[in-house]
Amino acid sequence: MSSIWIAVIGSSITAFLNKYIGHSVPEWWLDRPRFKRINTLIPIVLLSALVGVQTFATKKELVIDQRFAGVIVALIALKLKASFPIVVASAAITSAAIYNLF
Amino acid sequence: MSIKPKNDAVSRTSLSVAFTVGLYGAAFGAAGVTAGFTILQTCLLSLLLFSGASQFAVVGIMGAGGSALSAIATATLLGFRNALYGLQMAPILKVTGLKKVLSAQITIDESTAVATLQENDVDRRRGFYLTGIGVYIFWNSFTYLGALGASAIGDPAVWGLDAAVPAAFCGLVWPRLKSKKQFLISAFAIILALSLTPLTAAGIPIITTVILAIIFGWRK
Repeated sequence: MSSIWIAVIGSSITAFLNKYIGHSVPEWWLDRPRFKRINTLIPIVLLSALVGVQTFATKKELVIDQRFAGVIVALIALKLKASFPIVVASAAITSAAIYNLF
Repeated sequence: MSIKPKNDAVSRTSLSVAFTVGLYGAAFGAAGVTAGFTILQTCLLSLLLFSGASQFAVVGIMGAGGSALSAIATATLLGFRNALYGLQMAPILKVTGLKKVLSAQITIDESTAVATLQENDVDRRRGFYLTGIGVYIFWNSFTYLGALGASAIGDPAVWGLDAAVPAAFCGLVWPRLKSKKQFLISAFAIILALSLTPLTAAGIPIITTVILAIIFGWRK
């Protein structure tokens, strides 16, 4: 089995377990202030790290290329309260324009 | 009937959330294929994993050459919040058996958010199921279309798909940044991940940032 298949099946199983456990355990198990504070920050750090790596990394090298311009435009779109599809599309168009022109 | 207009408001909200979020599925479908997943593997993630941020993380990390383990670990940590949503929804839904399994599967950001906006349990249940099922249908349909579209094109950079993935992550993290402290933590996470990138295997720089969540979340 390829590693992509392992990732697909493994992450699907743990995702369902997360959801199902929430529906099943007594409230006091998860309802702790420290756990909740850390849990609010987990998506912030992981998604931010993914923004950084997906924007600047090419394998193990850090580069500045058309992706960075796309992300800047995405951030401007978000600041202007654009909807998700607009954010993604505007980044793609910017990046594609730079890639194809230069 | 006096309850009717209220119900209609719930269905309208649910449907518009479901459709807008569903559209985003096209970006995921394209990201999956661009990262080297087959159309089948990409669609299975939407059908089985069904949690946007985790799905993007899996294809992002695998596409960058990370190990299956780091992809699974990152996706699992991102899914913790769904456990808290389940905790919140369980006393309102009061379901068991197969219904509980299906309800758990659609326990995500959007279904919980629409439910919590309602004022009574009947509307909360309606909002939860209409949004959850609606997002499920649209998200999966658009995933397939996005995957098909991306597999029809050659170099993803020509279409800007290489920037669409980090932009998607921006869109996912943006609504979570509500305070100056959270912006700062976000910046730290980016700096930490980028400084580890040349030194470690792909995927490790991402998962390591959980340390920041623990440090900054430990005390109030």
